[in-house]
Amino acid sequence: MNIIIIDYGAGNIKSIQFAFKRLGITAVLSNDPDEILNADKVIFPGVGEASNAMEKLKETGLDVLIPNLKQPVLGICLGMQLLCKHTEEGNTRGLGIFDVDIKRFTNAVKVPQMGWNTIVNLKSELFSGIKENEHMYLVHSYYAEQCTEAIATTNYQTNYASALQHENFYGVQFHPEKSSTAGAQILQNFINL
Amino acid sequence: MLTKRIIPCLDIKNGRTVKGVNFVDLIDAGDPVELARKYALAGADELVFLDISATLEQRKTTLDMVLHVAEQVNIPFTVGGGITSIADVDALLKCGADKVSVNSSAIKRPELIDELSNKFGSQCIVVAIDAKCVNDQWMVHLAGGTIPTDKNLFDWAKEVEKRGAGEILFTSMNNDGTKNGFANEALAKLSETLNIPIIASGGAGSIQHFVDTFTLGKADAALAASVFHFGEIPISELKKELNNNNIEVRL
Repeated sequence: MNIIIIDYGAGNIKSIQFAFKRLGITAVLSNDPDEILNADKVIFPGVGEASNAMEKLKETGLDVLIPNLKQPVLGICLGMQLLCKHTEEGNTRGLGIFDVDIKRFTNAVKVPQMGWNTIVNLKSELFSGIKENEHMYLVHSYYAEQCTEAIATTNYQTNYASALQHENFYGVQFHPEKSSTAGAQILQNFINL
Repeated sequence: MLTKRIIPCLDIKNGRTVKGVNFVDLIDAGDPVELARKYALAGADELVFLDISATLEQRKTTLDMVLHVAEQVNIPFTVGGGITSIADVDALLKCGADKVSVNSSAIKRPELIDELSNKFGSQCIVVAIDAKCVNDQWMVHLAGGTIPTDKNLFDWAKEVEKRGAGEILFTSMNNDGTKNGFANEALAKLSETLNIPIIASGGAGSIQHFVDTFTLGKADAALAASVFHFGEIPISELKKELNNNNIEVRL
């Protein structure tokens, strides 16, 4: 199994690498187009600010490469958000894989949402063996609106899409690499796709 | 629903866990990586490591420890203590820390909070505040609570939020080490005036204290050390009781 974590300088990816290592898999960090194209599975991570992250993707041509990938791709946190149409963060246009916009939580709730929340309406093989209302660890100020591509829903201020799928592209707002044994199961399911 | 978090805190010196009682006496409470694994298995929601190492050599040991924790533990953790620069944070995040906590250095130079949140994002910047209530005034203290400042807790908390802190870890020095409960009045005031999560710290002695800090104190998370390290309150039992009190937790 050849898993590549896309390296575009957006945030700390050590935790993702360690999570795969605990599953007995070496996930390699790379920004080399050939390596990414030839990987069995691709992880698109992201921590930080959306417009800066998008700039970094453009500088390296990854903004063109990523939408053309044919193997399973998993966007995590900001990675998922950048796969969407548009985000209010820095008024940034995303890669448009998922037909949904990213909004900011209002001040009716504490922002960022930080901690463990439940996922429901699970609709994908990504969640094999995961029960409804399982807790996942989330840290975010922006969220994907509820939409037809949602494969998991979470409630904070409103019901929002905490996981998305379109063809070979998957996105999760939560951090499976930090979500205890249930999170590890989701990564294992991604490996098994 | 977003759950309330239970956070064991591990004070680290030279790669070992120690616990300060009233910030002074230290008792060895074991190997941090082992403790971290134990807590993750027991249902802790997050961990905080406070590095109280004095020398550069000891700090390097801490980085090594952070790497081992990240490798073996599948829940988020924060590292604090002695962080004064972007480079310090960069090194910790690269070793796998999820968040960092700054305290004295932010009081001495508040712009540090802006710099860190701009560079790494608010979500990984926790500002720790140690405060003591003297004559009805909550005053912020420096250097592990040893040096008083002229800053008021609530003003300073508001300022750190504005500068980009993602979370506040508030330790009441009046309560810390007493095992008489958290400073719920001050906590509730913080939680109501600010729009970022508040972690309650200082004073945990019984399960009821945790119930109180989530209800009366309106805290988003509660942190404790010795009651967990010495097995006085098993985390699974604590969470079951919180759940019985209609407090949303991850069981």
